[in-house]
Amino acid sequence: MSKIKEKALGAAEKKAAYGPDLDLSSFKHKAGKHAYKADLAGIPEAEKAGMADAGMILSGEKRTGSYIQMDHSPVHCSVREEGVEILPTMEALKKYKGLKDYWWKAVDVGADKYTARTELDFHNGYFIRAAKGVKSLFPVQACLYLSEEDISQNVHNIVIVEENAELHIITGCTTAPHLERALHIGVSEFYIKRGATLTFTMIHNWGEEVAVRPRTAVWVEEGGTYLSNYVCMKPARSLQMAPAIRLMGEGAVTRLNTILVARKGSEMDVGGSVHLEAAGTRAEIISRTISTGGNIIARGLLVGYEPGVRAHLECNGLMLAESGNIRAIPELDGRVAGVEMSHEAAVGKISQEEIEYLMARGISEAEATALIVRGFLNVEMEGLPAELKQEIDRVIAESGKSLM
Amino acid sequence: MSLEINNLSVEVGDHEVLHDINMEIRTGETHVLFGKNGSGKTSLLMAIMGFSRYRITKGSIVFKGTDITRLPINERAALGIGMSFQRPPTIRGLKTRDLVELLSRDNGGETESHAKSLNFSEFLDREINHGLSGGEIKKSELLQLMAQNPDLILLDEPESGVDLENIALIGKVIKKLLQKNLRRLRTKSGLIITHTGLILNYLEADRGYLLLDGGMKCHGNPREMFNTICNLGYEECARCQR
Repeated sequence: MSKIKEKALGAAEKKAAYGPDLDLSSFKHKAGKHAYKADLAGIPEAEKAGMADAGMILSGEKRTGSYIQMDHSPVHCSVREEGVEILPTMEALKKYKGLKDYWWKAVDVGADKYTARTELDFHNGYFIRAAKGVKSLFPVQACLYLSEEDISQNVHNIVIVEENAELHIITGCTTAPHLERALHIGVSEFYIKRGATLTFTMIHNWGEEVAVRPRTAVWVEEGGTYLSNYVCMKPARSLQMAPAIRLMGEGAVTRLNTILVARKGSEMDVGGSVHLEAAGTRAEIISRTISTGGNIIARGLLVGYEPGVRAHLECNGLMLAESGNIRAIPELDGRVAGVEMSHEAAVGKISQEEIEYLMARGISEAEATALIVRGFLNVEMEGLPAELKQEIDRVIAESGKSLM
Repeated sequence: MSLEINNLSVEVGDHEVLHDINMEIRTGETHVLFGKNGSGKTSLLMAIMGFSRYRITKGSIVFKGTDITRLPINERAALGIGMSFQRPPTIRGLKTRDLVELLSRDNGGETESHAKSLNFSEFLDREINHGLSGGEIKKSELLQLMAQNPDLILLDEPESGVDLENIALIGKVIKKLLQKNLRRLRTKSGLIITHTGLILNYLEADRGYLLLDGGMKCHGNPREMFNTICNLGYEECARCQR
């Protein structure tokens, strides 16, 4: 038995550090097969709308490539640009002989029962690599789709951005309209080499009873940049994630933006940690959370290991209902003198003063509230192509309407 | 008649801040409110605009013949009342440009040229009132009023925190908003709070009032009143009991 397997077996029952514990045996291991479609247009109509809501463009236009997986089956995989490679992870493992420099390197397989489960019961995922110096113009899109009731989908994704390459990925995770309950576990290991940039935009659009446990870790080398934008406007029953970013090389930069909404009945425990391990590294974590009755824990952790590193953390929460709860937990951990790290956190309801100020301009109370909420969610997403920014704005505006 | 206030009393919390106020502003007229800090001037403007914190306990406010005493703020605005705030809130994520364009939907959308006339162009893409200086805030307020184009303009200390050059600029814009160039056909009216009286150098006002401890103590020619206040103080001005 391999060391990895052994470790996974050892952690099979290990509870996660955060978030409600899930009974994995209550989810089905096996799922029905979906047919592979060589052409994106072949994706069934019924599934297209949900995928589009999660940011997918199913004509494939303005996309460098596409990967679509339904339940356990990769149903489409294509690339339009030289120098970018997209494969189902299982194929990549074969092609690259186990991906030994990348497979369970950034994420610890023994971290908890969810990582362990992904190893022991592995359902593909995407492998995306941008070759050295390649600067892709359009984003690669990846969609992980759940359609079968009560299954668990355990994917393992690997992204490698080679030296001085530039890659945008937009990933949409979503569920079929009829689906009520399922589990999505996504292990993602991203490797950003010297001088490379990865912009990773993730849009989640879940069914009401879905449980979600992403396990993401990112290694950023010298001069590399990792920009992450996470938008979850259609919340799951239970979501817990805490991507861990290591800025390992001099001058590496990261910025994590999170925008999410928790409706009544949702438990969302989200956050991120950044380890500033090298000189001149910089980080920013920004989260804007809204509770319309659900419970949110918004975490953020910055750890500074070198003098002169700079980092800032912002957790702002808006309560739109009488029930629900938002806990902001910003943490700063300076391991050496001379780190510059700061945080701000604010949780509250919309200020009556702001609403009335806008009303004095002739705007109705409902419209004023909507303007303030949209403003609250309007995070400047640096480094995002205009087209992706529009996509995110559209998702927020669409979902924002139903919040009021 | 533009505005009629009859026996108005207003409370904030448990405290009565205005007692039995009466005033009338005829269409086309500009009136000025004087008074010490805390005398109730801002409260009067906020009550006319309809802010929930300013609870009307007695009396009525009539605007263009309609009793607006119980109307929500936005309906008062829709009827044609607009206000420039002294300390407006910051609204994060909402750009001044976007709000002004929204307000000028029916007024031809002249955002850029209006901003230019106020030397405000470079601030258009800032979030509403975020990180603006006192003078810039006044300009932002006026820009919003230009888009709104109200018939009754309530100005709360439009010149406070503004440097001398910009006071001239702001004075010019207010003069235009109040149609001071028109004499007979003027439809715009104004009610202005001023401490420094500087704004009076840029526009003619028809009547002044002195508020003291929430009560209306005097009214008269605004220039004369301002001179009395400057030379002899608020109490002396109140003593003449006109």
